[in-house]
Amino acid sequence: MPKDGGIGAATLRREDVRFLTGAGQYCDDIKVFGQASAMFARSNVANGVIKSIDTTAAAAMPGVLAIFTGEDFVEVGGNPAGWLINSRDGTPMHEPKRPVLAHGKVRHVGDAYAAVIAETPEQAKNAIEAIEADIEELPAVVNMKDALSGSNYVHDEIGTNQCFDWGWIEDNRDATDAAIKGAHHVTTLELVNNRLVPNAMEPRCSMAQYNRANDEYILHTTSQNPHLTRLLISAFVLGIPENKLTVIAPDVGGGFGSKIYHYGEEALVLAAAKKLNRPVKWTADRSEAFLTDAHGRDHVTKIELAMDAEGNFLAFRTETLANVGAYLSNFSTATPTFLHGTLMAGNYTVPNVYVNVKTVFTNTAPVDAYRGAGRPEATYSLERVIDMAAREIRMDPVELRRKNFIKPDQYPFASAAGLEYDSGNYDALMDKMEVVADKKGFEARRAESESKGLLRGFGVNAYIEACGIAPSNLVGILGSRVGLYDAATVRVNATGSLSVMVGAHSHGQGHETAFPQVVAEMLGIDPMSIDIVHGDTSKIPFGMGTYGSRSLAVCGSAVVRATEKIINKAKKIAAHMLEASEGDIAFNDGAFSVAGTDKSVSFGEVAFKAYVPHEFPLEDIEPGLEETAFYDPANFTYPSGAYCCEVELDPETGKVRVDRFAAVDDFGNIVNPMIVTGQVHGGLGQGIGQAMLENTTYDENGQLLSASYMDYTMPRADDLPFYTVDHSQGTPCTHNPLGVKGCGEAGAIGSPPTIVNAVIDAMQSGGKNVTHIDMPVTPHRVWSAMQNA
Amino acid sequence: MTKVTMTINGKSVAGDVEGNTLLASFLRDDLHLTGTHIGCDTSQCGACVVHVDGRAVKSCTMFATEANGAEVATIEGQAAADGTLNVIQQAFQDHHGLQCGFCTPGMVMSTAALLKDNPKPTVTEVRTYLEGNICRCTGYHNIVKAIMAASGQDVSAIAAE
Amino acid sequence: MYAFDIECPTTIAEAAQALGGENQALSGGQTLIPTLKARLASPEKLVSLTAIAEMKGISSAGGVLSIGGATCHADVAADGSYKALSELAAHIGDPAVRNRGTIGGSVANNDPAACYPAAALASGATIVTNTREIAADDFFLGMFETALEEGEIVTAVKFPIPEKANYQKFVQPASRFALVGVFVAKTTDGVRVAVTGASNEGVHRWTAAEEALNASFAVSALDDLTVSADNLIADLHGSPEYRAHLIKVMTGRAVSAAS
Repeated sequence: MPKDGGIGAATLRREDVRFLTGAGQYCDDIKVFGQASAMFARSNVANGVIKSIDTTAAAAMPGVLAIFTGEDFVEVGGNPAGWLINSRDGTPMHEPKRPVLAHGKVRHVGDAYAAVIAETPEQAKNAIEAIEADIEELPAVVNMKDALSGSNYVHDEIGTNQCFDWGWIEDNRDATDAAIKGAHHVTTLELVNNRLVPNAMEPRCSMAQYNRANDEYILHTTSQNPHLTRLLISAFVLGIPENKLTVIAPDVGGGFGSKIYHYGEEALVLAAAKKLNRPVKWTADRSEAFLTDAHGRDHVTKIELAMDAEGNFLAFRTETLANVGAYLSNFSTATPTFLHGTLMAGNYTVPNVYVNVKTVFTNTAPVDAYRGAGRPEATYSLERVIDMAAREIRMDPVELRRKNFIKPDQYPFASAAGLEYDSGNYDALMDKMEVVADKKGFEARRAESESKGLLRGFGVNAYIEACGIAPSNLVGILGSRVGLYDAATVRVNATGSLSVMVGAHSHGQGHETAFPQVVAEMLGIDPMSIDIVHGDTSKIPFGMGTYGSRSLAVCGSAVVRATEKIINKAKKIAAHMLEASEGDIAFNDGAFSVAGTDKSVSFGEVAFKAYVPHEFPLEDIEPGLEETAFYDPANFTYPSGAYCCEVELDPETGKVRVDRFAAVDDFGNIVNPMIVTGQVHGGLGQGIGQAMLENTTYDENGQLLSASYMDYTMPRADDLPFYTVDHSQGTPCTHNPLGVKGCGEAGAIGSPPTIVNAVIDAMQSGGKNVTHIDMPVTPHRVWSAMQNA
Repeated sequence: MTKVTMTINGKSVAGDVEGNTLLASFLRDDLHLTGTHIGCDTSQCGACVVHVDGRAVKSCTMFATEANGAEVATIEGQAAADGTLNVIQQAFQDHHGLQCGFCTPGMVMSTAALLKDNPKPTVTEVRTYLEGNICRCTGYHNIVKAIMAASGQDVSAIAAE
Repeated sequence: MYAFDIECPTTIAEAAQALGGENQALSGGQTLIPTLKARLASPEKLVSLTAIAEMKGISSAGGVLSIGGATCHADVAADGSYKALSELAAHIGDPAVRNRGTIGGSVANNDPAACYPAAALASGATIVTNTREIAADDFFLGMFETALEEGEIVTAVKFPIPEKANYQKFVQPASRFALVGVFVAKTTDGVRVAVTGASNEGVHRWTAAEEALNASFAVSALDDLTVSADNLIADLHGSPEYRAHLIKVMTGRAVSAAS
């Protein structure tokens, strides 16, 4: 093990230096000779028939190089959904084509129907205004219930706005119905999981180059997974062979899900670069981001919890409408189903679970995975209805949860929603939470708040998530069109430094620091001699990217496997150098030694020998020291946690302030506790944002009302508290080599119900019989709820 | 085109700009100082904050001609010539006050302006001052902590790691 | 943005000369530049007012605080001689916005959720232009409407400093403009209460509260008053009824905090 900087060290991030000095290279920072600018003509109506598009005047504008419309992409493929879901009756889902540019109809405000390439961005914008598009506005489909009952279709050719009607697990349906029917107590709650805009601070940007000498393309783009983007462009959309297309995701300014997906703008700049034989770049402005980035959440759910007389959970049953927007984004069908329904047993021994999800097309921006993706929706439904049930049967909400927790001796545990949890200890998390949050001191703090005329509430939550996405065999059965393994190449250079090529992409997660900690730990060398290479399909074997808290659990496991192969080969070389048998070679602290002797060679000497193979047993060992591993997880990982918070509520204005927040998480083993804590902080910021501030609102005509930071409330520093974060109660994952579970999404999953539960508690402490309030709990909503109670 | 001259990070520069050229665009596109970022179009995110004549401004909401003759400081001029981070930059690294790095230049420049006027701010003052700088990654905890540390105050009571 | 030229005159006279036609005044630009970026305005020329020295600065004489039209919010915040006004300025936008945005630009724009119009109206301020002086009561004519003629420049705003005053802003959580802002000023001539953020008519006085507070400058004086929700703004962030409620709450808080 290295003296410092191995697994468990809070190593400072090496990537920080370039970000702190303005030396980061984000996509829009990259300029190449001859670069032209692309801009898009976007629909200002939510639903309309494109009668005609006349580009004559626009084409004659100064600086205009080319204009594209949907007509130019009729022959190429659509941007596909990554998961094919069948309805309860076995029929396949509807997958209407999602073209590069809208053709025939525009289906949401912001839907691009033409693109202009010009010498400068302003010239392109001028030409966009000169395009004469005759678009006949049609009534918009906005509300999901109306969408299902009406005959106005987002996609006329499928004759319905329902993408699919999914049941999970269909075989459990009757048993669940029976359990609810015969239960002592049933708590029913209807709730909305509010639609969010991911709002990575770096807007999307794509720049394509084409080299006609060898018919090769390079696409720089803001992506969380450049290989997946390449695969989608190659296999589904433009058909550019993968060996002719390099996709590079340079420094990326946050993703949170929104940069997982392939977007039409990427295909457009590639096509334009070839047509013009010039580099073409498009950079979104924030308004375009609001209109066209895949949004998140947007579920309307009815959940029922059945209990016996003692408060034992008998069943959960849910009916959910999930908005997919106007087109199916790449993960949009997986998010409300297998990332949501499978978690609907929570942390509980409940025997019956049945989940019904109807996904609905509307004339709104596509909706897809956003930090947590399905699991926040599941957790919110469960943890709200449990809290409501506790109030109804007058049991302490912590006690009710504890009563139904899976116990540590029950692992592996087959949940009623179809997953096999490998490890966990939910009581230990709750115990720790009560300590770090000083739950005992709550009543005194409440009294102090009340003395100031304020109400104080305490909210609690327990969550579990399925991360480390995902076992390919399992997701294949469930409808995924891809495998969800990851890959790494460990290249030991002749002078002993290492380049580690990883399929995960780092856009804030600190991989450049954390991954070397793993390799350094295994090789016993200085982590600073190891560099991570990521984000470039021409340099990396393959990878499925970064999302679903998967980077360390899946790609990190591939790094471990590749490093093990390096050690195995290096042992062979060392055995030769030391004239010993391979079985006698021990590897410790960066040195190979012969057991029982003082003979040893260092890792660096072995590396050098591998590349200068003089007196080398070439008949037995190849020169070089470079190994690749693909790792496919055996199961999901199951991070879990116990969260609580205290809010202070001003009954006069309805304004709520989060005073304290404690998050106790089980992430299994921890590689870099500083980075892990930072990930929790970020998730909490977004989860509290969802609970208190953020909302995406379309009017009845499909116009986005919350289309800028003037109306979409981003959490700011003065909206949020300091957080108490603890991960001392980790139970290692049992099936990956590092024992890690993933930490990126936890905060966003666990915090929304915690906040809402606390706000309900505060209102009830003020004598107001408010049993539910929808997110975000804005002052106006809180005040209104209290007026009506 | 109008000719402008200004001093940027101590160096005199000149350029020809259109009337509608924003200071941010002049820095990024003409001078290749791409550390100043553009994250919104309504003057709210703060990724573009630079100093003009010693005051923090949003360079995406100011025209380059308006900075004619001014002293401009950007993120590229904050570290020492040998690359040593300044106190604020170092505190951000020490306390993990950044993740994706996109908002970071604006955060550092706003912090510099805050600490110039208020060398020992309270936590509330820090949070309030950051009203015009949006970060989506950190939940602000470690940014606030880093700023308190950069001001030389004890941050040991702020939750660890 | 559409193409335009910028002219940077150094005197009010030059600026006045340059304005008119399709030319537009540019003050701090914190509202105008985002508008230009959205291509919602297409001036031929912008006439920047920020290089005009005679429009900058703060002076006090005879109980009247005079603030140059091109004075930025940060400078007003730092001044402190009219405490309630400085506190108001210290909470407009954010620090970087306050270093550019100006009082002249704010009152000339008369955004229905802006803060300065409430201060000007409640204080009984006088808006000074390059051609005349206009009482605040006559200046603010409704949402984004003022008494300014085309090409007229707000060169200064003169505030009589009241005995007591306070501004309470309940922020719209996204924009941080006022969802409801109430400025209460108690002068020797009586109490004035101005409300911003709430009404489709823009900034306005709440005369019923003024009468009640003239009788007794205490929060309890407001007890029997109700605010009508008629013609108040309905948007994503609050209903007319909520705004009506907040007007009373914020007025009470301003009265109790007035100093």
